[in-house]
Amino acid sequence: MTHFLEDKTTVTKLTRRTILAAAPAALAFGSPLLRTRPARAAKEYGPGVSDNEIKIGNTGPYSGPASSYSAVPKSQVAFWRMINDQGGISGRKINFISYDDSYTPPKTIEMVRKLVEQDNVLLVASPLGTPTNSAIWHYMNQKKVPQLFVATGATKWDDPKGHPWTIGWQPNYQSEGRIYASYILKEKPDGKIGLLYQNDDFGKDYLRGVTDGLGDKAATMIAVKASYETTDPTVDSQIIGMKAAGCNIFVNTGIPKFAAQAIKKAAGIDWKPLHILSSIGNSVGATLKPAGFENCQGLISDFYLKDPTDPKWKDDPGFKSWVAFMDKYLPAADKSDAGYVAGASLAAMTAQVLTQCGDELTRENVMRQAANLHDVKTPMLLPGIKANTSPTDFAPLKQVQMGRFGGERWELFGPLLTGAIG
Amino acid sequence: MTPPQPDTALFAPAAGQATVARRAALLSTRHWVLAGVLAIAAVLPLVFQGFVVFQLTEVMIYGLAILGLNLLTGYNGQFSVGHGAFYGLGAYVTAILMQRYGVAYYWTLPAAGGVCFVVGALFGLPALRLQGLYLALATFALAVALPQLLKFHGLEGWTGGVQGIVVDQPEAPAFLHVTDDQWLYYFTLAVVLVMFAGAANLVKSRSGRAIMAIRDHPIAAAAMGINEPLYKTLTFGVSALYTGVAGALGALAVQFVAPDSFSLFLSIYFLVGLILGGMGSLPGCLFGGLFVLYVPNIAESVSRGLAGAIYGVIMLLVIFVMPSGAAGFARWAYAYVSQWRNR
Amino acid sequence: MQLLLQQVMAGLANGAIYALVALAVVMIYQAIDHLNFAQGEMATFSAYVAWQLIHWGTPYWLAFAAVVVLSFIGGVAIERILFKPLHNASILANLVAFIALFSILNSGDGYLWDYTIKTFPSPFGTKPLFGSALIDSHEAGMIGVTAAMLGLIYLFFRGTRLGLAMRAAAANPESARLVGIRVGWMTALGWGIAAAIGAVAGMLIAPVVFLDPNMMFGVLLYGFAGAVLGGLTSPAGAVLGGFAVGVIENLAGTFIPYFGRDLKLTIALLVIVAVLMVRPAGIFGRSVVSRV
Repeated sequence: MTHFLEDKTTVTKLTRRTILAAAPAALAFGSPLLRTRPARAAKEYGPGVSDNEIKIGNTGPYSGPASSYSAVPKSQVAFWRMINDQGGISGRKINFISYDDSYTPPKTIEMVRKLVEQDNVLLVASPLGTPTNSAIWHYMNQKKVPQLFVATGATKWDDPKGHPWTIGWQPNYQSEGRIYASYILKEKPDGKIGLLYQNDDFGKDYLRGVTDGLGDKAATMIAVKASYETTDPTVDSQIIGMKAAGCNIFVNTGIPKFAAQAIKKAAGIDWKPLHILSSIGNSVGATLKPAGFENCQGLISDFYLKDPTDPKWKDDPGFKSWVAFMDKYLPAADKSDAGYVAGASLAAMTAQVLTQCGDELTRENVMRQAANLHDVKTPMLLPGIKANTSPTDFAPLKQVQMGRFGGERWELFGPLLTGAIG
Repeated sequence: MTPPQPDTALFAPAAGQATVARRAALLSTRHWVLAGVLAIAAVLPLVFQGFVVFQLTEVMIYGLAILGLNLLTGYNGQFSVGHGAFYGLGAYVTAILMQRYGVAYYWTLPAAGGVCFVVGALFGLPALRLQGLYLALATFALAVALPQLLKFHGLEGWTGGVQGIVVDQPEAPAFLHVTDDQWLYYFTLAVVLVMFAGAANLVKSRSGRAIMAIRDHPIAAAAMGINEPLYKTLTFGVSALYTGVAGALGALAVQFVAPDSFSLFLSIYFLVGLILGGMGSLPGCLFGGLFVLYVPNIAESVSRGLAGAIYGVIMLLVIFVMPSGAAGFARWAYAYVSQWRNR
Repeated sequence: MQLLLQQVMAGLANGAIYALVALAVVMIYQAIDHLNFAQGEMATFSAYVAWQLIHWGTPYWLAFAAVVVLSFIGGVAIERILFKPLHNASILANLVAFIALFSILNSGDGYLWDYTIKTFPSPFGTKPLFGSALIDSHEAGMIGVTAAMLGLIYLFFRGTRLGLAMRAAAANPESARLVGIRVGWMTALGWGIAAAIGAVAGMLIAPVVFLDPNMMFGVLLYGFAGAVLGGLTSPAGAVLGGFAVGVIENLAGTFIPYFGRDLKLTIALLVIVAVLMVRPAGIFGRSVVSRV
């Protein structure tokens, strides 16, 4: 038996030995999950749990203007189908109920209330979006239902004191912004920065991160802060403005469509700044290829997940297991969509928590175990990046690694970085 | 080319002329139906659990918002694709008053209505010059502008910017022994009843006839001495007031306001609810509310990947079966049944 | 000064996009007296079909021609199947049908082709034109195609019997029917032509903004604004309106301090509403005198 998750707290001796024996395959989606029960046999069930089933709720934008993010919930649904085909977690099938909220906060609260009050789920896993999660934030904590590993990079989810039932997942946008700032301060301390951001929560988080990271130099260094709306046809005007203002550093935090447009336009008007691309838009397949590789040489970005369109992973066991999972459970899906990587990775982390819970499947224990992750790796996390939490730390992933684009792939460089606030 | 007549052409011909006697019969039937609906409405929250009560509250709120739009579009013939903006404005007035200034929730409703009335009436002034599609564009500008203004950094101190504002749920008075959800339901029901009664009186009054005359024949109305600019502006204000109060209730129910909640699509959903419910019909608004809330859920349960497409197909089915909305369909069905009985 | 010139040129390039859409909008308005909310989604769908054909190895121009023809047929079919039965219903019932069509096509695109952006080839290339960074060959080509289509439409409506018949059918269906024009088919023809123009617009816009299911939503908003600004009864006015919207938006975003950048769309719309105050039927639109 092999395990896709490495975990040192609840795995019995026997299974730990098996992990060591099967080391190369240890990080693979699609290998059977832990079936061994932990030593403590006392069964304790919260809502939605029985001897053969665990109910989990989820919401995501299957319709509406944000439906391009639907890959995230879709891949979670597929992931749990795979787990069930393999016998479930500790012998229990996962009943994963995912509803459409079309990315509108009122719909999210309606659907989440349905999940909690009618479907009676044990927990709500990885609802997508900052405004949508904000809408249910208060409710989940009032009702004491776990809001596990939210699929958004806002900073506020790491608040164990104020909101002990909500836990984040990905490195937050603000700390990414700080990482860009420290890179800039090192490479071009007297440069002029142009920053492109989406006029909404995540765009403003990046802006705040970069501004904070630059400290007192922010006022003099950031020459242009240019926002766009998702309804804008192009960002050409913003790029022209940055060049005209004499910027020689370009922090590009657009979603793939606009990031690609910006890269193309910058090349088109012969503007060659130090170009930093945020992790939201750094997919080779979704952004760089459409923008044209010849326009992308020398781009800088940061990573925590493996880019499925980057050929360098083709022999990586974790990546291969993800491809096998996609081929079997989402055969028609476009693998260059990074949403499928994020969704599978989110679900894998939830699976880890449930495995750690053993037979004590209560809402309290779910949160206890979610706050008790030690060096957890899932198949599509970058080598070396691990999830860690504690009762005072609700930000599982904190590390990223910088990369530089050359040829047709990203070359990672430097140590793992954390953009720790402060 | 002959002139298109956007204002009159917007509307389907009125349902067949009923005799006075039949109208009286219809009226008494209406009273019975109304009493029955009220009785059911009063019992519903005691039967269902919290989240269904929440959904029903939302249905009433959307119904009220659609009523506001109906006063403007259905009764006065002015076309708006921007009423989501008034809904959002009302919601933000409530959120800001409650969370920033500690005002009690029930006092925020008149405030939200008042602010929306003023903004609506002011907006109605330039709208006087515009008709049909051009007015649609102007109201559309309003719908697009509101989220941008809410996100605008200069106003962040008030609006909370992109992060929005969390609103506390109103607590039920202790002596009533009801849950907070039930309390909000009854509170909403009471507000909605008062507002619907007000609307019913308005459309039956002298002013109401003036408002409708402007819709049916603006030139004749003007010739009869109806002060068209005044009535149009006031209708805009009242319409915005209704939708704004709905928005305020919406903020209490959802307990959260954010710019993304009030996108252009909200305005479009209101419009769809209005048309499918029935233009110029008060009960039709509630059908519209039901449609806005439940149909996306139905669509999703058919196919998640194609939820949007199913939603579209359902809209088409409804409009094919009931081209003048649920209210028109009900009128037709009633006429059909009574004809059949008289035979 | 350099910045002003650049922003104006970028505005014109964006404006060409809006102008193309505005032209399709006016076309359908001429034919059926309504605005088609699903116009953008129809164009996106056409562009996806073209993408699929090219992806399968069809040469560009063959795919282009095939899609224009298919879109024409599709437009006619939509009118015959969906909108003919609604002929006697109110405009607002038709509006619901437009929204439904929008929803169906948008969701269908995502279902069939997924949501990741796709590159779309340009027939004109994307090299800088005349060695200047102000405008590239695709943008210039787009402006050229817009002008050419405008010319064709003008000739069609002014110079052919069919065009005259279509205008008559839209303007006064009853009288048109009396003089022997098959009004129903004229309407269907208008849908077909609008869909074909939309297809051209979609295929020319996709190389600039990348192809995705929501590609046209924003563009259509601007296209509507342009068409209304210029006047819905005037194809040339709509095209000019489209260009004007592109330029106004860029200039507002660049030169209005403090709130220009964040609120540029709002400002552009305010300008349009202000213009409509003065000219309620659009700048080049014919104002309407109604008969009592």
